Amino acid sequence: MAARLLGALAVVGLVGLPPLLPKYALEVLITILFFGYLGACWNILGGYGGQFSFGHAAFFGIGAYTSTLLLLHWGLSPWLGMVAGGGLACAFGLLAGYLSFRYGLRGPYFSLVTLAFAEMLRVVAVNWKAVGSSLGLVVPSRGSAPGMFVFAEKLPYYYVILTMALGAAWVTRAIERSRMGYALAAVRENEDAAEAAGVDALSTKLAAMAVSSFLTALGGTFYAQYFAYIDPSLTFGPAISIGGLLPAIVGGAGTVAGPLLGSFVLTPISELTRAVLRGRGGADIMLYGLVLILVISFLPNGLVGWLRSRRAPPGGAA
Amino acid sequence: MTWLFFQAVVSGLLLGGVYGLVASGLSLIFGVLRIINFAHGAVMMLAMYTSYWLFVLLGVDPYLSILVTAPLFFALGVVIQRVIIEPNRAAAEHNQLLLTLGVALFLENLALVLWQGDFRTLRVSYSGASFMVGDVLVEVPRLIAAGGAVLVGLGLWGFLRTTDVGKAIRALSEEPEGARLVGIDVARIRGVAFGIGSACVAVAGALITPFFYVAPDVGESFNIMAFVVVVLGGMGNFLGALAGGFIVGLAESLGAAFLPGSLKQLVVFGLFVIVLLFRPEGLFGVRRGR
Repeated sequence: MAARLLGALAVVGLVGLPPLLPKYALEVLITILFFGYLGACWNILGGYGGQFSFGHAAFFGIGAYTSTLLLLHWGLSPWLGMVAGGGLACAFGLLAGYLSFRYGLRGPYFSLVTLAFAEMLRVVAVNWKAVGSSLGLVVPSRGSAPGMFVFAEKLPYYYVILTMALGAAWVTRAIERSRMGYALAAVRENEDAAEAAGVDALSTKLAAMAVSSFLTALGGTFYAQYFAYIDPSLTFGPAISIGGLLPAIVGGAGTVAGPLLGSFVLTPISELTRAVLRGRGGADIMLYGLVLILVISFLPNGLVGWLRSRRAPPGGAA
Repeated sequence: MTWLFFQAVVSGLLLGGVYGLVASGLSLIFGVLRIINFAHGAVMMLAMYTSYWLFVLLGVDPYLSILVTAPLFFALGVVIQRVIIEPNRAAAEHNQLLLTLGVALFLENLALVLWQGDFRTLRVSYSGASFMVGDVLVEVPRLIAAGGAVLVGLGLWGFLRTTDVGKAIRALSEEPEGARLVGIDVARIRGVAFGIGSACVAVAGALITPFFYVAPDVGESFNIMAFVVVVLGGMGNFLGALAGGFIVGLAESLGAAFLPGSLKQLVVFGLFVIVLLFRPEGLFGVRRGR
């Protein structure tokens, strides 16, 4: 009950406070929600399904490039391009997922193959002139055109990413409580046993892949519109794959609040280090590495898992 | 065209030898610990910086620096394994994999903080040395690197076959439970394996510093290449990794010769995905992939 109250309070704060915040704080909040959102998307497949993708940048990049190219060539609003990108990423995810799962790739093998898929797309984007090659693409962003996903102020972007993050959390919760959620958990805990119990592991994992890849692509479009520039290594590079995975792991994989909570802890650490150690590039990611090691060593189930185990009576089944 | 082909074959084989050594270290670690070590490339990068600074500050030849870096990075590997990974042996497999990712992020960015992102190159007297075989140019440092890598790799293979520690390592990678039951100190052997794997990659790093740039992210591409090689050679298969190195080196170099831009990487990744999907036990393996 307390958790639910706290959650409701947090949502009220996230909706009500930002108009009062200075610009820098708002930017940090946008970054927090952005990585929290990516974490939530990754979490559906990685956390609930136990399929550790190291290549979610593939979907992110497809989303960013699809909406941006549709905008540049045909003037299509990124709001629509976003959906197109999601669809394309979903199709790619289903193809990659089908190939990997069909041939029984599990554990580290699945991580490696997803990494390879993302890297392949990055190499293609680097070498393909029509998509801007390594120079990347500039997204027209002057003035204010809400219908074209362009805002003059930061605040509207904030509400967009807040809606996306809460939406992803809502989808996660809905999956968690559905038949699919139980099937996913069964596959994660023991795939062979799940199959024996009548769970169709292949379609369960593919369903999670479809949702996860679709949502991740929407994040790509948000990135393109917010930063008004994309290039192959920014969008298809390993940093995005890791950027989504980290908050989910640190916050608690396989929990609704985990990824957002993880990002609320990780992102400010990184922003603070960057501000304090100006000109010393890398210190923030270095600290990320340290936090990752410490969290896995001492809170193997993430922050949410730790909070739960503290509430559970000692010795009792948590 | 034939000239280009033969030149590409020679360059590919020479770089392939280095890939083989990097990958056999990774494969050894995988065989014993059953985890993919994402920090392997970062260890290599750190070793390259060590060789670089030993030359710049003390004038130590990069090949001689191996006498320092091999034991140093053996020790670092043992420490990483015993302090960070071993306490989490009971944790889920992916958590251990993430630990190595954490180590990689930490080391890579430590280098970025300490030495910035500049590409550094080391000029030794023999950096430009080369000779011709027919129309094909052979660069001496690359030849030494490939030859040295293969020698070290084969030496290690001999070590694994003949010594008690080597046998314990092989026992552990083939039958972990059995190895424990016959009284092998498995925790110690896991540390030693991680140490040897790290020493391998440190030697590889030293061997390439006379002709390769040093930068904080230099290990990343080698790491991904080593993943490809290890999967190709069969995870945990030491000799397979050495052989796989040549295949990947060739694929990359032929791709570079006949494809525009950096599409050569597509050849390597394509090979990777195909092997992962259709032969996850590797080209030479018989053991079923999990």
